[in-house]
Formats: sequence, structure tokens, C-alpha cells
Amino acid sequence: MHTIATGNRGVAEAVREAKPGVVAAYPITPQTEIVELIAQYVAQGTMQATYIPVESEHSAMAACIGASATGIRTFTATSSQGLLYMHEMLHWAAGARLPIVMANVNRAVAPPWNVWADHTDALSQRDTGWLQVYVATAQEAYDTMLMAFRIAEHEDVLLPVMVNLDGFILSHTMQPLETTPAGDFIPPLSLPHAINTKDPAAYSPLTGPEYYFGFRWEIERSMRDARQVIREVEDAFAAKFGRRYGPAEEYRMEDAEVVIVAMGTLGREAQVAVDRLRQEGIPAGAIRLRWFRPFARLDLAGREVVVIDRDYSFGFGGVLASSLRATAPCNPYSVIAGLGGQEVTYADIAGFVRQRKPGGEFWFGVENHGDV
Amino acid sequence: MFEIRIHSRGGQGGVTAARLIALAAFYDGKQATATPFYGAERRGAPIVAFVRICDTIIRTCCQVKEPDLVVVLDPTLLSTVNVLKGLAPGGTVLLNSPHPVPLDGYRVVTADLTGTALVLDLVIAGSPVLDTSVLGVLAKIGVISLDSAKRAIAENFADPRNVTAAEKAFAEVAV
Repeated sequence: MHTIATGNRGVAEAVREAKPGVVAAYPITPQTEIVELIAQYVAQGTMQATYIPVESEHSAMAACIGASATGIRTFTATSSQGLLYMHEMLHWAAGARLPIVMANVNRAVAPPWNVWADHTDALSQRDTGWLQVYVATAQEAYDTMLMAFRIAEHEDVLLPVMVNLDGFILSHTMQPLETTPAGDFIPPLSLPHAINTKDPAAYSPLTGPEYYFGFRWEIERSMRDARQVIREVEDAFAAKFGRRYGPAEEYRMEDAEVVIVAMGTLGREAQVAVDRLRQEGIPAGAIRLRWFRPFARLDLAGREVVVIDRDYSFGFGGVLASSLRATAPCNPYSVIAGLGGQEVTYADIAGFVRQRKPGGEFWFGVENHGDV
Repeated sequence: MFEIRIHSRGGQGGVTAARLIALAAFYDGKQATATPFYGAERRGAPIVAFVRICDTIIRTCCQVKEPDLVVVLDPTLLSTVNVLKGLAPGGTVLLNSPHPVPLDGYRVVTADLTGTALVLDLVIAGSPVLDTSVLGVLAKIGVISLDSAKRAIAENFADPRNVTAAEKAFAEVAV
């Protein structure tokens, strides 16, 4: 099917194609369309899954954990407060090595109440052991969802994957979308530690100081191995479907002297800014970071860097900016923009580049406290 | 890139119109996006939605600041919202109104979409349906083809009067 569709529909169509056995979810703006569509597919019989309408997001993730532990493919979707309400269960899903796939439609955290795009919800779950990927188009949402199941369920990974898409800007914008049957792209799930009633065992019992760290290391080892698995799955996807993805999407980087780094739709808006800046003679390029966990390693050597964060870690800085400082030799100009859906255009982004001060921090729209 | 801003009131179908226009443009072989701006809107409140149509890939997702065409589904918005904001002098305004409203310095295309809906008894929950007939006017202006407009409408609405409304608007509007 080739049409135009919202980012939310891109996710729902991919989930139908991935054929999960269980979907447990609770609606929340701006994610609701995803679980509405899936509930509709199940009711119409075009998707053979057990749909569990639960009473909260904590229960949604708990139900996914229970289902996944039996070796069944599971999916859920949420946003913002819903993701935060899952927090305890997010750690559990990763610690129990369950390859649950979740779509998180990025939305600001209250108060004040706000339903628009912001990455703080997902980034505040950074250390739960989930893989995190950020997409920027309806097509990429569809494609990445398909890949997410195969990556999560790979024997070298067996960790949950969170696919992030910007609330409204992507979730509710209609864009060209080509859906294609997944065929055998996602192999059947074979969970080595699936609960088996014929071979009873205890799971996750009290584990003392002499053993606990070993389980933590196993998570990290799988996160490291996930880099190679992601590469292989993205290669296999390109071979089968003709669309290629990577840890990050580079745009006009060959001779770029100043690089804009961002995630999600801002990373795509930055590509338009690059075109404008080049017309002015500024040799700009853009990198849209897709994989935040495991964190994509970027080659920024010898380039000026402008980082845009649609998030903030209070008392420290932009999460993406501080992650880059820690992993690449750079002294970025850190721009905090787009919080709670704040409108950021390609013209604004070109302005950030023109006003850059290496090592500085700039809060877009904040009078008198803009440059720190 | 051709950019459209649609002004309407919650419940009048401005968001649906944006989606149908983008779909029709897509069927014409163009790249197209429809971006509604979701605020704290409710029935009757002023809302905006955006459409972009281009021969090449559309990367921007921000709001349309300098539209090539402004669509106003409710003429009472003219006195409460600056619908001309960012529209270049000489730009086109498609206005749903039973009578012409002059806007100095702009080209105004007036179409009585409410009248079209009432004649066809195309009314849902007490509101005349405007979001399908408006595609007929856009086809007349040349933004989309009438065939693609009809296809986009027919695929999304079971009631054939929606396609009739677009054909009627196409036939009757003077551009």
C-alpha cells in the first residue's frame, strides 16, 4: 500500500505486520491513535492478537512482561506521564531480558500540563536498559518498528526496544507511507528462557551481592553486542525493502565545517536549515542521531558542533549535548529548543548556527537568559 | 513547494480537508504533507491546519509561515483571526461565503460551500459538510486534479454526496 498516513498509523501498520501475540495498552494523547487502530485491526480480524485494555500504563507494561515471559511477541505504546508511570516495570522488562517493543510518542512532562513534543519523557528512562531509537518520518516509523522486533528478539540482544516519535509533529502529520508485507523479515520469537509449565523454574528470585552484578554486566554486554545486531538488521532491511538506515542520518556532511546534531523531527528540520546556510556560503551539515541507546558514535573531529536538545537535565545540561561531550572530542554550542512543542523552524535553526559560541548554552525564546 | 494554510472552526473539517488535499496531491504524483496544529481547541474554536505540496521530498515539519494559498472555511473568522498573515500581496484567499468579500490587495475566490452542502442535505450532526466540497474549488484553482480529489474523497467517505459536492463546487465556482 502506498498512501499518505500519520506517524501513528505508520507504527500501527507495522505492528500489524509484525504479528505480536499480545498488545496491552492504555490510551494517552498523542499516542492514542496507535492503540485505537490496533484495537480496530483486532476487532476486524485483520490482526490476530490478544488485545488487553488495561487500567493503567503500569499494568500495560506488567501485562506485556507476563506475556513476553511466556515467549510471546508483545507490543505497547504510550507517551509522557504514561511512560513515567511504567518506570518501575521498564527496569523489570530489561532486567528480565524480555524483548518487548514499545512505541513512545514523545510528549512533554507535566506540570504545567502540556501534550506537545518533548524528549524528556524518554530520555528520563535512559538508564532502564531499553534500547532507544528516534525516528523522523512516518516511513521511518513503519520501517523502524519492523526492525525493532527483530533487533529486540535477536539472541545476542534480548532486551526491550523503545521506538520514539515526536508528538503531533510526526504522530499527527500525514506523509507518504509505503507499507510492504514483512514476509519472513522477523523470524518467529524463540525466547530461550520462556516460562515452560512442563519444566517449572523460579525467575528473578532474591539475588545476593555475589551474583547481582553479573546480571547487570550481561545487560551491558548485550547493549554492546546490539550495535552489531542493529547494523546487520538495518543491512538486511535495506536488502529486502530498499530503504537504508544507520545509527545516525548524515546530511551534506562531506565538506561540512559546522554540524547540527539533533534527534527526531528537529534533526530533519535541520537539513532544510543546512540548505539555507549553504546558500549563504556557510559550509554546514547535519547529523540526525537515531540510536540513543546504544548511543551512536559520531565522528565530529575537526568540526564545530551545534547541538539541539528538545529536553533538559536540570542542574547539568541538554542530554544530547552532554552525551556528545562525553563520547566525541567536541565543544558544542548547546541549544535548548522545542520544549513542550515550542515551534522551531528551519530559519530558527539556521539562526542558531549563525550565532554559535563554542561551549555556550542557549535557551531558545528565553529573554535575557538565552545565552549562558 | 506550494504551501496552504486552512482556517476553520473546530468541527468544520479543516483538519480533514488538509488530509484530503494532501492525499489528492499525492494521487497526482506529488509529495505532500498535512500538518494540523493541535492546540486546546474544541468545537467552534478557531483552528489552523497546513498542507505542503512539492515535486521533491518535503523535509520541513514546522508550521507554514508564508502560505501561497489561504483557505477560510468560516467567514466569521475574518474579524477574529488575521487570516492574511504571511500571505504575499496578490496571494489567493479561498473564502467560503455566500457573497463576495473584498480583501484589498489579494485575489479572493469566493465559494458558497455551506450553500452547496445544504442543497445536497449534506449535514452531519447539524454542521454542513465543507471539507469535501472545498477540494472541488482547489481543483478549479489548479492545486489538485478533480479526478484525484474525487478519489481521495470516495476512499474516505461512504456517502456519494461528498463527491457530488466537490463536483458541484468545481462546476459553480468562478476563479
